[in-house]
Amino acid sequence: MRPWITSMNAIVGRESSRFLSQRSRFFAALVRPLVWLVVFAAGFRAALGLSIIPPYQTYITYEVYIVPGLCGMIQLFNGMQSSLSLVYDQEMGSMRLLLTSPLPRWWLLLCKLFAGVAVSLLQVYVFLAIAAAMGITMTPLGYLYALPSLVITGLMLGALGLLFSSTIKQLENFAGVMNFVIFPMFFLSSALYPLWKMAESSSLLRDICAVNPFTHAVELIRFSLYGALNLPALGIVTGAFVVFFLLALWGYDPARGLMRRRGGA
Amino acid sequence: MAQALKVENVSFNYGEKRALKGVNFALEKGRFCALLGPNGAGKSTLFSLLTRLFVTREGRIEVAGFDLAKNPRKALSRMGVVFQQPTLDLDMTVARNMSYFAALHGLAGREAQRRIDEALDRLDMRARAGEKARALNGGHRRRMEIARALVHQPEVLLLDEPTVGLDTASRRAITDHVHDLAGGGLTVFWATHLVDEIWPQDDCIVLHRGEVLIHDKAATVAGDRPLIDAFIDMTGSETAA
Repeated sequence: MRPWITSMNAIVGRESSRFLSQRSRFFAALVRPLVWLVVFAAGFRAALGLSIIPPYQTYITYEVYIVPGLCGMIQLFNGMQSSLSLVYDQEMGSMRLLLTSPLPRWWLLLCKLFAGVAVSLLQVYVFLAIAAAMGITMTPLGYLYALPSLVITGLMLGALGLLFSSTIKQLENFAGVMNFVIFPMFFLSSALYPLWKMAESSSLLRDICAVNPFTHAVELIRFSLYGALNLPALGIVTGAFVVFFLLALWGYDPARGLMRRRGGA
Repeated sequence: MAQALKVENVSFNYGEKRALKGVNFALEKGRFCALLGPNGAGKSTLFSLLTRLFVTREGRIEVAGFDLAKNPRKALSRMGVVFQQPTLDLDMTVARNMSYFAALHGLAGREAQRRIDEALDRLDMRARAGEKARALNGGHRRRMEIARALVHQPEVLLLDEPTVGLDTASRRAITDHVHDLAGGGLTVFWATHLVDEIWPQDDCIVLHRGEVLIHDKAATVAGDRPLIDAFIDMTGSETAA
């Protein structure tokens, strides 16, 4: 078991120190949700009235509503950023180092996912601290309860990124992921507006939002930040993680997957 | 003599294109074997199969007695690899690059440090351990990659055109170093298209259009003329220097 833990520590440690040394990446990762929180939420606050919906027990301001969605957004972008760095690693050759390790490939890729989650947790908690400094606070225990939720949502979004990295041939194609994955996933979810509000304008859009796993990731984070467990959301997020990860493993399988068609790692 | 690397009837296709056709050879322990072939001969494809980046259903590969398909973890743990494309993290120090690699092989703590020091010593690189990989010149980066491939004490060392892009002096130094490693009991499999990297007593496999043309001592392959002439005659290649 020890070699497995050693490799996990090394991969998570490497990604974390890489992230911390890239200050501009850290800065960009924080500025993005903060712009939404400060600018977007201020504009929408007046336009959007929110009724009392679980887990909230009183009327809330729009800023309070979107904080969990922005935590999800940080993880969504982080998952795709990890995917981008995997494609980069493949082009630069360092992925070969990982794939020729004698440890099982599924374990090494899981280590990569945990490394991405560690980086996203750091970003999310710094964001939550800034939000708290701005007066947007959660229940004290919520910050603790949110941790396991953020781990599983981070794994799910990371596995989706991993799946893309096994199919994207070149870095240039990554712009397509932004347009066709990140933005639809984010906007067609409960991150910015509750589903009942979406249903008022279109029941089809509401249904699309309801099947979007990112919606359930956001709801899982939202409930846990208020000390509550959203069991259906947990089930869907866990299920989506398993499906995405298995598909990504298939993509990285040298015998059956897409690596072979691409001509190597 | 025990065999360190055995390749039996290995074939591989890229779609319709046949890249390797029934490749067969075996390397004895402690030998330096050069895989000589012009560009596009199938050397890198063979390396991808040997390192399990690709898998083929046609043929069988054995590393230090372990079947790569049936027992990949044991086979890979006995193999050190230096890819043609550099695989260093340029923003990490030499020591951190080494310890990251050691961890991927499950090595940590004092044992890992001992092996890293030993591997760096073998390649005369210990003095550079604290430097960032970016600060090293091409030759030293390559040396570091070779040292890194030795950390887990493999029985077979695979190098895919490791001197590509290096100046003559660096090429010479690395070629000499790796020949010394083979003299110390390690089996070395060195892909190249440059005949001056091959010594007369080395084993030599000539690969052309995915097929093994000859496998013998380099001196025998050359016969009574320079190896480069024999190679050009066999492959019609003009790329070898």
